[in-house]
Amino acid sequence: MAITREEVLHVARLARLALSSDEADRMREQLGDILAYIRQLDRLDTSGVVPTSHAVETGTPYRDDSVHPFGEKEEILKNAPDREDDFFRVPRIIED
Amino acid sequence: MGFEAVIGLEVHAQLATESKIFCACSTGFGAPPNENTCPVCTGMPGVLPVLNRKAVEFAIRTAVATSCRVQSRSVFARKNYFYPDLPKAYQISQYELPLAVSGHIDIERNGTTRRIGITRIHLEEDAGKLVHAGAFAGAQTSLADLNRCSVPLMEIVSEPDIRTPEEGGAYLRRLRDILVYLEVCDGNMEEGSFRCDANVSVRPRGQKEFGTKAELKNMNSFRNVEKALEHEIRRQIELIEDGGAVVQETRLWDADAGVTVPMRGKEEAHDYRYFPDPDLLPLHIDEAWVEELRKTIPELPGEKIARLASRYGIPRYDAELLSSSRLLADFFEASAAAFGGNPKVTANECIQWKEAIVAGRLSPETIAHVVEDRETGTISATASKTLVEAAIGTGKPVRQIRDEKGLTQISDAGALEAIADKVIAGNPKEVESYRAGKTGLLSFFVGQIMKETRGKANPRMVQEVLKAKLG
Amino acid sequence: MAAIPVHEWTLLDAARAVREREVSSRELTRALLERIDRMNPRINAYITILPEQAMREAAARDEELAAGGARGPLHGVPVALKDIFCTKGIRTTCGSRILHDFDPPYDATVTGKIREAGAVLLGKQNMDEFAMGSSTETSWFGPARNPWATDRIPGGSSGGTAAAVAAGTCFAGVGTDTGGSIRQPASLCGVVGVKPTYGRVSRYGMIAFASSLDQGGPIARTVPDAAAVLGVIAGHDRRDSTSVDVPVPDYLAATGRSVKGMRVGLPREYFAGGLDASVRTAVEKALGALVSLGAEGVEISLPHTEYALSTYYIIGPAEASSNLARYDGVRYGYRTEGAKGLIEMMSRTRGEGFGAEVKRRIMIGTYALSAGYYEAYYGKAQKVRTLLRRDFQEAFAGVDVILTPTAPTPAFRIGEKVDDPLTMYLSDIYTIPCNLAGIPGISVPCGMSPDGLPIGAQLLGRHFDEEAILAAAAAIEREIPLPRVAPEEG
Repeated sequence: MAITREEVLHVARLARLALSSDEADRMREQLGDILAYIRQLDRLDTSGVVPTSHAVETGTPYRDDSVHPFGEKEEILKNAPDREDDFFRVPRIIED
Repeated sequence: MGFEAVIGLEVHAQLATESKIFCACSTGFGAPPNENTCPVCTGMPGVLPVLNRKAVEFAIRTAVATSCRVQSRSVFARKNYFYPDLPKAYQISQYELPLAVSGHIDIERNGTTRRIGITRIHLEEDAGKLVHAGAFAGAQTSLADLNRCSVPLMEIVSEPDIRTPEEGGAYLRRLRDILVYLEVCDGNMEEGSFRCDANVSVRPRGQKEFGTKAELKNMNSFRNVEKALEHEIRRQIELIEDGGAVVQETRLWDADAGVTVPMRGKEEAHDYRYFPDPDLLPLHIDEAWVEELRKTIPELPGEKIARLASRYGIPRYDAELLSSSRLLADFFEASAAAFGGNPKVTANECIQWKEAIVAGRLSPETIAHVVEDRETGTISATASKTLVEAAIGTGKPVRQIRDEKGLTQISDAGALEAIADKVIAGNPKEVESYRAGKTGLLSFFVGQIMKETRGKANPRMVQEVLKAKLG
Repeated sequence: MAAIPVHEWTLLDAARAVREREVSSRELTRALLERIDRMNPRINAYITILPEQAMREAAARDEELAAGGARGPLHGVPVALKDIFCTKGIRTTCGSRILHDFDPPYDATVTGKIREAGAVLLGKQNMDEFAMGSSTETSWFGPARNPWATDRIPGGSSGGTAAAVAAGTCFAGVGTDTGGSIRQPASLCGVVGVKPTYGRVSRYGMIAFASSLDQGGPIARTVPDAAAVLGVIAGHDRRDSTSVDVPVPDYLAATGRSVKGMRVGLPREYFAGGLDASVRTAVEKALGALVSLGAEGVEISLPHTEYALSTYYIIGPAEASSNLARYDGVRYGYRTEGAKGLIEMMSRTRGEGFGAEVKRRIMIGTYALSAGYYEAYYGKAQKVRTLLRRDFQEAFAGVDVILTPTAPTPAFRIGEKVDDPLTMYLSDIYTIPCNLAGIPGISVPCGMSPDGLPIGAQLLGRHFDEEAILAAAAAIEREIPLPRVAPEEG
């Protein structure tokens, strides 16, 4: 299952992963091998099989609509790599 | 060649829950930055969502009110994309299996009813807000406020059944009114709790296939939606007539310039990689729950308009105005019940004082009393307005104000005739001119009588008396 | 008892000794902290050690006991957690650079339950980055080592926890298991590891790898010790929508149950090629032990076994690619320096913050979910998952437990497979189907290789029937006595 370098770079862009040129090459090779292995599933006829999307079959539980403030906003914000007052600060979006 | 437009509308309505859809933070508007956040809605490692029952209830009620079929099993999916206002880098939404499908809303236009289909209704979470620090273009940073993250939204997608901007506006207003009637959304477009995007295409009349559509965003009032649709339809028709072709793209409505413009920047190829959210199990809704909620559905705007018009004999237009608010319509009915005079007058008063009524500053008795007093001639129209204003200001019973301020008027025919005789006797020249054909002088005599009575004469009766006496 | 050094005590003995005030929690804690000081430089089992805090907690537990109240079954007993469980105010890294300085403002439910039970927290244990790995070599904090042979891997991803327990540096630990990450290192380190039924232990505050597969569970030196810890951490949690509201039975009592008449399934697909001879021999011995106690071996078939690894390497990475998207340098954790613009900041943060294995899986998962490939990969894998679940359902109609090897070979050497992802993935070939089916599994020591490396047997049970596998594992443990603490010079 060959995967092209362009595909690797496209997927890396989707996943927001900066890859070095070496990494991209290695990734192309390894992903190719892994995907080739995985495609053994194609041998299996799964027509009519219901997919398992969740490990538990029951319906999702609910919580009641009541407010319980977390109350420790600073404990969240103090983890921020960059902040301005009580905002998280990020570099501007640059359009290319 | 004639063209027709094909329009579908996507509405995002913020559900009026107290807490967020997947955590217990407040949904309150206008809190300080990041005040209404917790580890769950800020997407910290290891945290998990738990669904707010009320949000589901609200969506079911909306589905019932719009004749949608509630699906016994629907699935929350993850819509994956990176943005600093989206902490988990995915939005929990419903994709393949939405909560409800296949409904409709009827709208009335010029005496005919149009049925606009509803494709689907689903639940999802809102994203936060990115503030671009410094108003100048050179600012190097943006600031993220995550208060809105995970506020519950309901997306309502219409079929491409809408053909004109007016129909679009009518559909949106009716949908908004329904949501407000159901008390599931406050319907406030300016604050963003009721948002609308549109898909617009045009095609030659008679053609079955749809043309290429453009998606319109950034329309923050009903009027703007209509204007944006009008502009976009015209733009597409002109483009085709000039031999061009419509490009599938997202366009933003620029309200100041009155035009739609392509969204700036490269349209990133969206690949949201939807898949079922493994952290939330499928949403199971049994028929019994739907039926239980069906019983809580109030009379909806369409039914109410029809009933008010026929039961009270008021014009349909008035019934529509009254039904624009469930509270106003109820108020009107209570006023009409308190005094069984001409409902048209009551309706006019209710429409005139809508703001105060909706704000809860008037009682149905106040309107009933002024309407009754006017019909009996006890007060004038002018006095009526003064009295209602005073009632709003002081909260006192309107008849008490009337008596305190001496705002009753003379409607005693005998008394008015005596005064009229006096005025006629005192102004022989004017009487002569009037009788010679200068009927415009009637207002002169009315004025004289008003002067005599210090404005307390019933003007309608004064006119009648004068006309009779002057021949 | 005095003859046995403290670090070799069982957890249950330690708990009893504290409760009966034969020893103080401070004495136990001090002894184990000293043991950590001595052993950790050799095995690198801990990312964070909490000497002061642990001693403070121990003192508090002693005071509570003096005042007449034990908090719970682990009162005063020093334990540790895989560094995947959030601990309020204590750095939680998940073995990753991207969370190297993350200070959670909340406790995981498991953390809270361990504390409520009275345990003293010694530290946070090393692991493969984001639990992705089978060797604990992918940790940003360096590889953990197998205390039985320090040139070998301890298994993974809960390798730090298994190594720490086997080295006698804690009485038990809690790990997580997505495709074998508790059972495989337990097997390779000669200790006991339980992967409970999906939904049995809350995932709240347990940093997600693959949400539909992840499950927390104990690693301890004996089956009863593991059962005791499982009893503490199991139970319904309203904060985890996938947590199941099933009463928690007395797991400890289950370890004393007879296995007479128990039907033990032996899936022929698990004893085929690729299985190391010494592993086969050891597992056969485990079967022999059960049969000698009146159990019955039954050959069964799990026909879709060969497809489990592929299925796992689609579903796991797909979920991971989404779960790990939140590490974007915006709200916490590592952020790259000097990036121009937002997209570059995010991409470089993630490119620098994640290690090779994590990036590989994010790439596989992103690819498998991307437009045009979803049906061929993710959609297909979900269907095969149904077939794998069905295999087990059908098998459990005829047997009470299933016995298999835990890992195809004993511990391999550090660096041996690190550049060969596919071969590395094969280490989990026997453990993965259990996660896909959501059923419980346990690894119990059942022998030693000729090189003196531990070998484990795996027992799988029906949904929420941890009791059966605990009973069978305890029987094997009683019949095949083996050393549980690694010798000082491994």
